[in-house]
Amino acid sequence: MNDNGNVPTLSSRQMKLVIVGHVDHGKSTLVGRLLSDTGSLPEGKIDFIKDICERQGKVFEFAFLLDALEEEQDQGITIDTSQIFFKTRKRHYVIIDAPGHKEFLKNMVTGAANAESALLLIDAHEGVQEQSRRHGYILKLLGLNQVAVVVNKMDLVGYDAEVFSKIKSEYTAFLESIGVQAEDFIPVSAKLGTNIAKREDEMPWYKGPTVLEMLDRFEEKVPPSHLPFRMPVQDVYKFDERRIIAGRVESGRLKVGDRLTFSPSNKKGVVKTIEAWSVAEQPTEASASQSIGFTLDEQIFTERGEVATRVDELPIVSSTFDVNLFWMGKRHLEKGRTYTLKLTTQEVACEVVEFKKVIDASTLETLADQNFLAKNDVAELTLKTKRPVAFDLFGTSATTGRFVLVDEFDVCGGGIITTYTPSSKEDKLRDEVRFRDFNWVKSGVKAEERSYRNGHRAALILISGDSGVGKANLARHLEEKLFKLNFQSYLLDRRNVRLGVSVDITEGDPEFYDGETVRRFGEVTKLFLDAGHVVISTSNAFNQDQDGDIRLLAEPHPVIDIAITDQPQTSGAVDVTLSLPEAKNEVEAANKIYHYLKDQKILTGHNYSI
Amino acid sequence: MDHLDDLENQSIFILREAYKNFKNLAMLWSIGKDSTVMAWLARKAFFGYCPMPLVHIDTSYKIPSMIEYRDKMAKEWGLNLVVGQNKKALDEGMNHEMGRLVCCEALKTQGLQNVMEEKGYTGLILGIRRDEEGTRAKERYFSPRDKNFEWDFKDQPPELWDQFKTTFKEGTHIRIHPILHWTELNVWEYIQREKIPIIDLYFANEEGKRYRSLGCAPCTGAIDSKAKNVDEIVDELKNNTTTSERSGRAQDQEDTYAMQKLRAKGYM
Repeated sequence: MNDNGNVPTLSSRQMKLVIVGHVDHGKSTLVGRLLSDTGSLPEGKIDFIKDICERQGKVFEFAFLLDALEEEQDQGITIDTSQIFFKTRKRHYVIIDAPGHKEFLKNMVTGAANAESALLLIDAHEGVQEQSRRHGYILKLLGLNQVAVVVNKMDLVGYDAEVFSKIKSEYTAFLESIGVQAEDFIPVSAKLGTNIAKREDEMPWYKGPTVLEMLDRFEEKVPPSHLPFRMPVQDVYKFDERRIIAGRVESGRLKVGDRLTFSPSNKKGVVKTIEAWSVAEQPTEASASQSIGFTLDEQIFTERGEVATRVDELPIVSSTFDVNLFWMGKRHLEKGRTYTLKLTTQEVACEVVEFKKVIDASTLETLADQNFLAKNDVAELTLKTKRPVAFDLFGTSATTGRFVLVDEFDVCGGGIITTYTPSSKEDKLRDEVRFRDFNWVKSGVKAEERSYRNGHRAALILISGDSGVGKANLARHLEEKLFKLNFQSYLLDRRNVRLGVSVDITEGDPEFYDGETVRRFGEVTKLFLDAGHVVISTSNAFNQDQDGDIRLLAEPHPVIDIAITDQPQTSGAVDVTLSLPEAKNEVEAANKIYHYLKDQKILTGHNYSI
Repeated sequence: MDHLDDLENQSIFILREAYKNFKNLAMLWSIGKDSTVMAWLARKAFFGYCPMPLVHIDTSYKIPSMIEYRDKMAKEWGLNLVVGQNKKALDEGMNHEMGRLVCCEALKTQGLQNVMEEKGYTGLILGIRRDEEGTRAKERYFSPRDKNFEWDFKDQPPELWDQFKTTFKEGTHIRIHPILHWTELNVWEYIQREKIPIIDLYFANEEGKRYRSLGCAPCTGAIDSKAKNVDEIVDELKNNTTTSERSGRAQDQEDTYAMQKLRAKGYM
């Protein structure tokens, strides 16, 4: 709501509170009561609403204070989260009024995700209902652990202590099963104002706090400055001679002089300045929750999505991890479909690898053998991303361990990363790459300088397709085309690598099968990429594992996958698909790839400043 | 860090997300305190620069000193100012006597749509706040509008953990609200702390009247006040206020759902 302009001295920080629970269990009424009993309403507001009720032929209810929208009053349900301000003697609050109607789960999530404490309402008359459980579960998933349960409408059950204690034990058992401990259970009548701001005589058996007393006991959430430093890069600005890396410190602290690593690219740099505009003194430190910008002592190419950390406190980098996820999408979450994962400022295509456990969030029942996730339900599952992402486990660092999933255009799921169980081979390879990158003897010529002279960034173009579809021909043609346009192109034939670098491995050796030849090919490619070339290569079949290994070895250089096939591509792992007839015309096919490279800003043209 | 730092940090984060995700963006500048604070926040976010144009919709009925202040600030702050006006409606004699809602829709909403079409903006940054009035309380930080500029407030995208809706079907445009979570008092406290130059219509004149919210001359009323400067306004808001901020804005009082009707059609 609004207009409660008469809350005096709203200047101090507000505690963000969310009120959730089953539809019609009295959330809006409780909010209206809190406003009224703390003297937080503007003069004439209640009269104004009473007047509207009279005109519409309705009995006045506190809930109407909140239902500012016409449609809402017609349906008698709160559609959306709105913010209401009130204060107690101790501090200021902003209530995010979260609706309970099942259809509006995404609004409840929006409200609760932004809160630091929660009141969960249960109707004494109706008892624990579907949304009581679902909301409890989602509060847990959102990481909200300051929760008090308010048992409302005690007037309808004659203020019966037995009814209260039955609900209390039933819901406590539920919360325990999901690992949540409620701060307290409070029996109230929001409509009559019992145990909200003041105690009445109706429930002498209840000795606990009133709702307001409970609220004042909640602790303010402080930014996680005590955790390791994490700053996802939001953008890089060059409005003037400064090259400023901008972002929000998600956890920890930063000082001028700190040695940083950017993950997943493994680039390093030392913080030269922390920039700020219109401040008395230029800052030398920053801490969690601050939106900042810094410069490095040496210009490195970093971009949105990389996570800056101290060199000795690296995040996990992986493309496979286990999550707990709730789903709000209109269509099911399914295997075989590509979604966009948004985690800090990283955005990457991903797929569900395995549904480990699908749960009906209203009953906590496991839906056995269900290989999809329906709207409003929750699951434990394994995700695989197209490129590796940098993250922490939610339990270690909440702000860098949670993400959303986007289906087409819409944010449809929210999740937390619970465990990280990579395939051991991939993990080993990544460790190798890290060791290599950290100890790499750097050239005096920077990658940016090479790009500037060459007119392109270094990249690997992988053309895959069945034998006989014209891969080799296309690859040769593409190499020539780019070369004639003055680009540094080089066709790296796998056979040539095998003939020399991998001559010690022959078909039949275990190394032939466990990816050692792929690793060697990747390392050779890496050298050419470091030299600034556009490397072109071919392979007989697109193999996701091999492709992943090569990408890992080539990082941070881009790998462009070109598939020659008439099969529709669903996985989203391929950048350009050429049909068989298209590939036969190597001039047109090379042109198509050429334009794609230009669109992707890999070929930037000569004299282009990066 | 105090609560103003928290608010500032969140707004800067949102402005940077907006700038990164949408290239053809404009910021709406009403000349009032909120959008002026927002322009200031943009300069904080982008280290002294405001990389997006500022659009002012001139209804021609604005209080004259607003235009003076606008041009002066644009020059001082090096802003790229774009002025929009629905000349056709004005030529046809549109004014508030034809009905306040009709007038607002023609001169403000349509005026804005004209500029957006002409310049091809796909996103608009606005300085609305949740505590202003009920409909705005329901807004998201990133709020889509369809091709007819309509707001589907019943089916809004979820917003959690500062992951915003940044991908759209063609024809949709986005409204971004970086100071949605601020209150009127927060805005004044911030102006006080940062010493942001604000138009003097907000300060009480000789007759003891000041504007609390700025709009067109015929539809904006002054309130009784002794607050002659920013410090006194902060004190006034902390201690005395029992009426709402927009009580001087006549269009809000037209009918019970005036603001909702205006906003569903694309009003700011």
